[in-house]
Amino acid sequence: LKIVVAIKQVPERDAPIHIASDGKWIDDADLNYTINEPDAYALEEALQLKEKNGTGEVIVVCAGPERVQSTLREALAKGADRAIHIEADSLTALDTLGIAQILADAIKPESPDLILTGLQSDDLGLGQTGVVLAELLNIPSATIIMHVEPTGSGLKVKRELEDGWFQHVEMPLPALLTIQSGGNKLRYATLMGIKKAKTKELKTVAASATSTTPAITLERVYLPEKQKKTEMLTGSPAEVANKIVEKLKFEVRVI
Amino acid sequence: MSGVLVILEQRTGTWNRMSFEAIAAAQQLADKLSVTVTIAIPAGKDFATDGFETHGKAPTAAFLVQHDLLEPYTSDAYVIALEQLIKKLSPDYVLFPHTYQVRDFAPALATRFKQVLISDVIAIHDGPTFVRQLLQGKLNADYKHSATGPCFVSIQAGSFRADESTTPITPEIFTPELSSSQIRNKPGERFRESSQTVDLSQAPVIVSVGRGIGEQDNLPIVEELAQALGAELAASRPICDNGWLPMERQVGSSGQTVTPKLYLAVGISGAIQHLVGTKTRTPPSSR
Repeated sequence: LKIVVAIKQVPERDAPIHIASDGKWIDDADLNYTINEPDAYALEEALQLKEKNGTGEVIVVCAGPERVQSTLREALAKGADRAIHIEADSLTALDTLGIAQILADAIKPESPDLILTGLQSDDLGLGQTGVVLAELLNIPSATIIMHVEPTGSGLKVKRELEDGWFQHVEMPLPALLTIQSGGNKLRYATLMGIKKAKTKELKTVAASATSTTPAITLERVYLPEKQKKTEMLTGSPAEVANKIVEKLKFEVRVI
Repeated sequence: MSGVLVILEQRTGTWNRMSFEAIAAAQQLADKLSVTVTIAIPAGKDFATDGFETHGKAPTAAFLVQHDLLEPYTSDAYVIALEQLIKKLSPDYVLFPHTYQVRDFAPALATRFKQVLISDVIAIHDGPTFVRQLLQGKLNADYKHSATGPCFVSIQAGSFRADESTTPITPEIFTPELSSSQIRNKPGERFRESSQTVDLSQAPVIVSVGRGIGEQDNLPIVEELAQALGAELAASRPICDNGWLPMERQVGSSGQTVTPKLYLAVGISGAIQHLVGTKTRTPPSSR
């Protein structure tokens, strides 16, 4: 199988949230970036598929400014065969359709059998890029996938549904899957892997010129208004514990 | 038509109750814009409309999008069928409940119209401006539709209150043109991993733990607390993904929905996917 994994670089989970002066995103001056967590699981699934098969190729693709190369290098160190960096300085000017279009244009010449990506991003969380990409490439897709199994002619995937239900879906190749977190255990890059990554191909390509103006625009970001009352209890741990028990007993009356 | 079209979700005649929250959101949006609400129900051939009741005010029109190939659900069939309905009705807005199924097909449907779904919306303000959460709920964002053509929006669970009053309606049947050769995926039966032995939905007190506890070794501290309170122990997804607690103790969109009197969250940041598991669901539908 020739597998493309589309990954996104996102701010780390505990990144400080300072709203940028234009009010449209957070201040990126003091941000550290990492691979989007569901994308890390997509990469893991791809690497395991290749290992189980004994043959195949795993290509990682990421759009963004130069800094995304560190995330691509990391994916190479974990075992991806080569990487494609789609150069795009400002992703914020594009909406989901615009991003999916530049990904589609970069991936199409590779004619992969399978495209994997995380089910959503940790930053914007729109949860759509994969499905839109499949639609643009005119290939079938399935979302929120926990497990992938190649069959003679295609794939059998395990799809997560709501409230603890699952479903198997059979689909032909080429196909696109969006991968849920937690299906596999993530690997770490080994020293050998990190060494090898330096010799692997990391190709930079220009983002295709998308002609479309965005269909949706992010007007402003702001801290959510707190709707619930927060009361801080202070004192030594024992005092605080006493106060909590009192509240639960006499105010909330649940114990 | 102009106005707001709401796509409801049902499976073999059972409603996904988030559908009625989407109707409430549509009604609010329609009131702001002084336009009408139309509802549509994609369904298989066996779906009976006798005694069908919707929640809230009677919609201006209702359509049953009915075809053999719409049951069981496939993304391809839904996209093709709903594309035809939307082309026929040309609504200004198309609203969905933000369910797993909607996440599976609505982005592709929007793409057919060169649009982008504004997903997981928690509030609608004048403009209209659609509010959604970023960075696991740490930030809110206002989104606007900036293209011509229908605007696609999905509504987060628990964000709008479904109207409890019901109105009987008789939907008009819309038969999409669909053939089995257009459907690429073959869905299997739905199944559950193991018989669920833990029923968190009835627990009056729950102590829930998230990745903020740092390491597995800290789990006994929380277990002790749960025991002292006579509470059920629950967790957010990352804890179950790590295997620190079994999946059946997971609260959230992929786990269980709970309604305890006391929910003690320990080391949980409050990501959307977790919070929807702690929100009270809408009243049971009338059928």
